[in-house]
Amino acid sequence: MSAKLIVTVFGAILIILVNWYFFFSKRKTKSVGVQDEGIQEVRINVKGGYEPDVIEVKKDIPVRLNFYRDETNDCSDTIVFSDFNIRKPLPAYKTTAVEFTPKKEGEFGFTCGMGMLKGKLIVKKDF
Amino acid sequence: MAIDPIHEMDAKEEKAERIDIPILGMTCASCASTIQSGLAGLPGVDKASVNFATSKATVLYHPEKVNVKDLAKTVKQSGYAVGTVSVELPIQGMKCASCVTAIEKALLQKNGITMASVNLATEKARVEYIPSEISLAEISKTIEGSGYKVIQFPQEEKLEDVEEILREKENKKLKTKFLAGLILGIIIFFGSMPHWFPWIPTFLNNFFVLWAFATPVQFWIGWQFYKGAWGAFRHRNANMDTLIAVGTSAAYLYSVAATLFPSFFESGGIKPEVYFDTSAMIIVLILLGRLLEAKAKGQTSEAIKKLVGLQPKTARIRRDGKEMDIPVEEVLVGDEILVRPGEKIPVDGVVLEGKSAVDESMITGESLPAKKEQGDEVIGATINKTGSFTFTATKVGRDTALAQIIKLVGEAQGSKAPIQRLADVIAGYFVPIVISIAIAVFVIWFNFGPDPALTFAFLNFVAVMIIACPCALGLATPTAVMVGTGKGAENGILIKGGESLETAHKLDTIVFDKTGTLTKGEPEVTDIVTAGSFSEEDILKYAASAEKASEHPLGEAIIKKALEKGIELESPKDFNAVEGHGLEAKVDGKAVFIGNKKLMDNRKIRVGEMEEKADTFAAEGKTPIYVSLDREFAGLVAVADTLKENSILAVKKLESLGLNVIMLTGDNRKTAKAIALKAGIKDVIPEVLPEDKVREIKKLQSEGKKVAMVGDGINDAPALAQADIGIAIGSGTDVAIEASDITLIKGDLNGVVAAIELSKRTIRVIKQNLFWAFFYNTAGIPIAAGVLYPFFGILLNPIFASAAMAFSSVTVVSNSLRLKKAKIRI
Repeated sequence: MSAKLIVTVFGAILIILVNWYFFFSKRKTKSVGVQDEGIQEVRINVKGGYEPDVIEVKKDIPVRLNFYRDETNDCSDTIVFSDFNIRKPLPAYKTTAVEFTPKKEGEFGFTCGMGMLKGKLIVKKDF
Repeated sequence: MAIDPIHEMDAKEEKAERIDIPILGMTCASCASTIQSGLAGLPGVDKASVNFATSKATVLYHPEKVNVKDLAKTVKQSGYAVGTVSVELPIQGMKCASCVTAIEKALLQKNGITMASVNLATEKARVEYIPSEISLAEISKTIEGSGYKVIQFPQEEKLEDVEEILREKENKKLKTKFLAGLILGIIIFFGSMPHWFPWIPTFLNNFFVLWAFATPVQFWIGWQFYKGAWGAFRHRNANMDTLIAVGTSAAYLYSVAATLFPSFFESGGIKPEVYFDTSAMIIVLILLGRLLEAKAKGQTSEAIKKLVGLQPKTARIRRDGKEMDIPVEEVLVGDEILVRPGEKIPVDGVVLEGKSAVDESMITGESLPAKKEQGDEVIGATINKTGSFTFTATKVGRDTALAQIIKLVGEAQGSKAPIQRLADVIAGYFVPIVISIAIAVFVIWFNFGPDPALTFAFLNFVAVMIIACPCALGLATPTAVMVGTGKGAENGILIKGGESLETAHKLDTIVFDKTGTLTKGEPEVTDIVTAGSFSEEDILKYAASAEKASEHPLGEAIIKKALEKGIELESPKDFNAVEGHGLEAKVDGKAVFIGNKKLMDNRKIRVGEMEEKADTFAAEGKTPIYVSLDREFAGLVAVADTLKENSILAVKKLESLGLNVIMLTGDNRKTAKAIALKAGIKDVIPEVLPEDKVREIKKLQSEGKKVAMVGDGINDAPALAQADIGIAIGSGTDVAIEASDITLIKGDLNGVVAAIELSKRTIRVIKQNLFWAFFYNTAGIPIAAGVLYPFFGILLNPIFASAAMAFSSVTVVSNSLRLKKAKIRI
């Protein structure tokens, strides 16, 4: 009886942990400074995910996200910013720039082509 | 139409040089003006003009006062980037720091070089340049001109090649691993089942021996799953690799525990058993699935590879009277290019002299060779068949039809169809939810399952993890879109993307513009009726000769007819155009009047019963032209814009697809009706001014119709954009039509039918794929969890789960590949 109870409690905790970790835990955030060229530029490493995967940018200033895909794993071969109508192939071991100017404040997700790798772009008026 | 900045400015002084700088990052027209004012403000710049549409800055500057580097810097300071290529050239013969400056200076004086930095230590020059302005060969020559040697000529690397090589390597590794895994897996499999295979040497039944065989499978062959899972885990993502890594690790670790501590299991009343065969076979089967999937996925992008492969390598040009072979990248607009029979035409252009037949099937999908003579357009990458000719290059590099097609197809293949949205949302939550379900399954079996509960709980946990397949969901739409758009491109149909495909299959109304779309857009002589003793030849000879002085399109039709008949034309004298009536002239001493009835009435020429005939022509949608010679009525010439050969068939086909076909035209009701009748179209919207076309489309849409508009890309652009699907009829090299969702490279209307059929088929395949992927996961996961066990005693062995999972994505991709074989031509 006690073994069943332990397994049940342990299982429940594990389920909560899994969901918390993948859906609700805090992600690493990187705020992007404005470069001399007047562009907010950041390099994002792509390997099983995006590093950094939460990017803070300022509104109305052009953004250039340089995705460097550090693998040949097919999962990450496309980057999608559905709110900005951007879908770009990311060739392996190459840097691909994604450029746009965010005009609206808010949080915008970006994903891989299959929606499994996730990142977030936070557009703020000011940091 | 955009004004060509080159023509806008003339070089003020002889010394001023012109450069086109490609600019990246412009989002609006105001960006263009920012850059323009920045450039124009530089000393030494005569004029700067920035075109937002072409993303280019055209600058007239004096190289002695300002160099390209400064221009590039100004562009960068305005917040934009310059589209340059960077190259590293190894240099020989540099001895001191002054050599460095000498080379840098020489390079920076060159038009088109935006950055030059020479490193004495590494003996290399790093040069950033604008490829359309200066070639690598010219850069090397400049360095050599200042007394140094460029050791080797680096190949400008091609992205596709690098990708290809990496993929190849990856595949080879995968194959080796699979084979090794297969051998080890079979040994473990046999060894694990002594009751089935009693003839196996007994030492193979030993748990420790099985462990030894399973370990390399788990951690060498299966290493990629751990790597992928860990990479994703660090980013709080979970994917296929996570499921496989966790699932197989569970089986492996359980078996290790049973091997090392059998007494622990026995004390709990459980027979210690190992599942090394499960973990090993899962890994081997998934690898096999990945191999097959990679192969199939490679085929989905074959169309674009084929297009890239069409690109010619060299061109034979004539410069300064000399013939030479040069790389196709170095061909400039205006170059005179020679093409011999059997050769590939290197770039787009217009025939200067010579005649030939050209096989354009690879671009337009048209199987019959196209005749080419002076003034005709030729398309790069097509193959010259019969004769030799020379032509002037009009589009090179990224502007050629082929380059545009590659770009368009590439973009289309990467695009998303709205139908995919649900699958995408699910894929995002899929893996963590599956892990949660698997844990719940374990707990339920452990608590309520039959004995041995731990074993059941454990095996079902692994089966759920392994059978779940988010890949099938993720591959369902994109692979079909890739194959579908690729198939279109092979047949001269360029589809903008997944969304266009999806909308196209929902269409119920299709509107054709008349002139140039249904009809050829060039009036032709359709009938000649003679009066009195005059012959057809007389009428054609005198009328055509007189028309030589006019530029009226109806006149051109008559001249064309006369020339076709081999009639020699005279030069007209005393030519006089009579506004709104026609013309009069003297040919061969005879007074010729050509025009409408009013002209005849005016000149008091009696036409008798011919007026009735003329009315009949008008009712048939033709324009009757009266001709008189020496004040005597000679006959009627009927001129009409004729239907394209395939219009009738295309209309019929579209109607059989259930579409309502409508013709839109500026013609009056009577003429419009007559032409529509010929084409087999029942609905006509006549007397529509060009600017009102958009309104008519909107009206149809407001009635709840899904409307496609078929027209040419220039005059009909607003209507094409307004329609749910704009289908632009292109011609030859003009392929990048912005306003359209579908572009037909060839003017043939069968392409419209083919495009709609293709979209229907693609969407059907997508739906099948999505159904299969959803069905597979929604049925597979519960079965793996053991829901059938209480009723039928059915449980899924994790090995079968892995086989099912591996082949589910292969099934989806193979289904998409069926589109390649689809017959969409009429």
